[in-house]
Amino acid sequence: MREIVAFSLLNGAVYGLLLFMLSSGLTLIFSMMGVLNFAHASVFMLGAYFSWQISRWIGFWPALVVAPLLCGLIGAAIERYGLRGVHRQGHVAEILFTFGLAYVIGELVIMGWGRNPIENRVPAVIDFAAFRVFGTSYPFYKVLMTLISVGMFTFLYLAFKRTRVGLVIQAALTHPQMVGALGHDVPRLFVLVFAIGSALAGLAGVIGGFALLTEPNMAAALGPIVFVVVVVGGLGSIPGAFVASMLIGIVQTFAVAVDYSLMDLLRTLGASVPASPFLREVVSVKLAQAAPMIPYLLLVLVLIVRPRGLMGTRET
Amino acid sequence: MIARARPAWWLGAAVLLAVLPWVPGLQSDFGRSLLSQMGIAAIFALSYNLLLGQTGLLSFGHAVYFGLGGYVSAHFMRAINAGLPVPIALVPVAGALAGLAFGIAFGALTTRRGGTIFALISLGVGELVHATSLMLPSFFGGEEGVTASRTKAPHPLGLDFGSQLQVYYVIAAWLLVAALLMHAFMRTPVGRLCNAVRDNPERVEFIGYNPQRVRFIVFSIAAAFAGLAGGLHAINYEIVAAEALSATRSGEVLLMVYIGGVHHFMGAILGAAAITWLQVSLSDYTTAWLLYLGLLFMGIVAFVPGGLAGLVTMHLAALRTRALAAIARAYAAALPVALLASAGAITLIEIAYRRSTQPEAGTRMKLFWIPMDTAKPWPWLAAAALLAVGAAALLRLWPRVSRAWASAGEELHGRG
Amino acid sequence: MADALAVTAPEAVVPAALELRDVHKSFGATSIIRGVSLSVPRGERHAIIGPNGAGKSTLFNLVSGRLRPTRGSIRLEGQEIAGKRAFRIARRGLARSFQVTNIFPRLTVYENIRCSVLWSLGYRYDFWRRIDRLRDANERAEHTLEQIHLAGRRDALAGVLTYAEQRALEIGITIAGGARVILLDEPTAGMSRQEAEHTVELIRSLTRDRTLVMVEHDMGVVFGLADRISVLVYGEIIATDVPQRIRANEAVRAAYLGTVDA
Repeated sequence: MREIVAFSLLNGAVYGLLLFMLSSGLTLIFSMMGVLNFAHASVFMLGAYFSWQISRWIGFWPALVVAPLLCGLIGAAIERYGLRGVHRQGHVAEILFTFGLAYVIGELVIMGWGRNPIENRVPAVIDFAAFRVFGTSYPFYKVLMTLISVGMFTFLYLAFKRTRVGLVIQAALTHPQMVGALGHDVPRLFVLVFAIGSALAGLAGVIGGFALLTEPNMAAALGPIVFVVVVVGGLGSIPGAFVASMLIGIVQTFAVAVDYSLMDLLRTLGASVPASPFLREVVSVKLAQAAPMIPYLLLVLVLIVRPRGLMGTRET
Repeated sequence: MIARARPAWWLGAAVLLAVLPWVPGLQSDFGRSLLSQMGIAAIFALSYNLLLGQTGLLSFGHAVYFGLGGYVSAHFMRAINAGLPVPIALVPVAGALAGLAFGIAFGALTTRRGGTIFALISLGVGELVHATSLMLPSFFGGEEGVTASRTKAPHPLGLDFGSQLQVYYVIAAWLLVAALLMHAFMRTPVGRLCNAVRDNPERVEFIGYNPQRVRFIVFSIAAAFAGLAGGLHAINYEIVAAEALSATRSGEVLLMVYIGGVHHFMGAILGAAAITWLQVSLSDYTTAWLLYLGLLFMGIVAFVPGGLAGLVTMHLAALRTRALAAIARAYAAALPVALLASAGAITLIEIAYRRSTQPEAGTRMKLFWIPMDTAKPWPWLAAAALLAVGAAALLRLWPRVSRAWASAGEELHGRG
Repeated sequence: MADALAVTAPEAVVPAALELRDVHKSFGATSIIRGVSLSVPRGERHAIIGPNGAGKSTLFNLVSGRLRPTRGSIRLEGQEIAGKRAFRIARRGLARSFQVTNIFPRLTVYENIRCSVLWSLGYRYDFWRRIDRLRDANERAEHTLEQIHLAGRRDALAGVLTYAEQRALEIGITIAGGARVILLDEPTAGMSRQEAEHTVELIRSLTRDRTLVMVEHDMGVVFGLADRISVLVYGEIIATDVPQRIRANEAVRAAYLGTVDA
């Protein structure tokens, strides 16, 4: 029992950190520009694929630097040459553009690397045990993941609180129109934010590529959950994204380990089991089965009850 | 814009629908099946356009109502198979009622806001329902879905729905009814208020109406028509499975409506027909068809927000201007280079796809009647060169096109 | 103050069209409206003037329901409306226009007006009647269109109108529903002298039997139209009086009008 709790906590925390790496970039983009960037998870996917390709050519550590840079450049290009023309059409058009872009990036990945998952195994340089918990070894790359995301958090914190550009971006996170009115070059800021956000996604992809399966569908699988994190954590709030990521990461990991259903609960309480077969089916669903639904349940609840999210400072 | 339709148009539409399955080329079972699919997609797309085009509500989960309507209809059909004396042609009513019920139930919670929040909630609800469908096999039939027969039923007027032709006529009839009803809805007070909410939800409050209520009403009605389409889907395929509620299907109808054109009633129908046709036939020619679809969609979002219908009306309007000659000349100049660039791009895409997704098919292939070997460098280089040259030329020539259109616009505006 | 109020019947018999009592509005630690009290009798044309940032638009937003007051009472014809949703207030007979044109750009001019008359004629969320068959709604819309002189632009999309036409439409939407209390937020903003004069005539004819409260910067408009003027400075009303006395008021001159003779 203690083992399950310990491992679920550790793995949940790592998953949560992965979500945070992804969602911090999206929070930046969503909060400042109001763009629900459907292509964000796609850039994450590109990061995973790029890192695999670059590792094969020049090794893992260079890939760790080059892949995010490439993704940052791609993000800048998306904003500068794609989205910029769509902003004036309104948020719906922006969302649709990134939605189409996600589709297209997914297909381009298939075009480049095929439909099947690629063998993105943990590179030998980081494939060793970091420490042992209850007799089972805990891999180093997960520790690396932790280090990188803590590094990300620190970088974002310092960049925003200590630099001028950071201050401006902070202001723009909560009051984008005002920042423009004050004379800052908002279009340039947008490109910068998109680039930073995409680079962060790419970095998350480098690491996430080992933790998850690197395949063309990975963006579609993870994308919606990242939206959930950003919304639940709250707009304009990076700490909120952190809290929400950890919450969802840990809760979902724990839930997957729970092989009990409402029916079991009813039985232990001595309550009667519903008679109709349909209801019986409903309460027989094990928590582990329902675990993938938890983020969406949270999303819908938060949006209905408190659209600002946990720590958000504005609604849209 | 919902123009006031004349009865003659509806009559014409009815005649067109009646005649279509006899058009040479569409007379086969395949052709009629294609028409049936288009018809179902058209109703689904029209219902989606009530939300997106008319009320400005972007939903990523509209397939929920299509799918739930389909499942309820499938169960209803099973009851008919077991002896319930209801003609199959009325099964879509069950779908519509189911769609309405779920639309009211979910809509009550999800239409409080519009905009991005609504979009996200619809995404969440869609995923929730899809996930639930995989967990409750007694209603959703598990992986295989729910099956029913459309022939084991009362046969009024001798219609047994054994043939695709009869199925098509039922779909066409319902399409006409649904289109009529949805069009009429847009000419009611609430219908006009939907447009007002789309344009300026805040101002709607100041003229005495609650925009939430308007959204809720149109949402429920759109869900009903989506359920209707789901019922026809059940009849056509005799099976309803989890993909009917999936995010993919929700995305599909979004693409159909947007590509077809959100500003026009006909846009949804146009888009449904075009995308259905692309899905069915383009996939025969190339494995890259989803990429082409995605690029088409992005192109429409970025450059032609009015969609295909918008393009048509734009060109029809330009026919009446003097700038028409300039436009035609600009097109004549731009078209060859555009074709060159496209040929280059398509070649690159096709050979790349062949290399990455069908390695077992070998490296030799025939594209545009030219045999080539993807292992050699020359197809890649030639295609890249074509693309580069064509794109550069197109960029040089494009200002001519936009200038011609600008002067056409001025002419039309000046008259307005 | 008492003699300035002796314009209509005593309040006990006919409640004021609009009455604000000690209304406050703060955003966090910032106070925008600091205790505004005002009473506008039925049928009066009342102007609110003041320097930029005084809180005039905020006041309108509080009265019309776009914002909720932090404290205080707002009564429309005797009924409390403070903090209520904008559509409930609109249904009770108060309508407002916006400083930044707030129309329905993709509806035609005619449709803009027609939507605005629906509630007052008793139509709710009907979807079983064709709007083209509603005789009273269409007649009222046509009539309003004539009143604002936009009948010629009937079928144009509101978004392509000129600025002045859009301002006229803005007013049209506001008065079309027959509201008894009209709030106009800088109706002549951005207009030439000639356009402003036209608009003033329009306002005069449209608000003949109604109560009008207006925010304006153009002193010519204000002194020409208003029965009484209130001066709002830093969220407080420093004077409410008839135009001549406001013009002569020292405090008002110092805060707003300047010491050159207006």
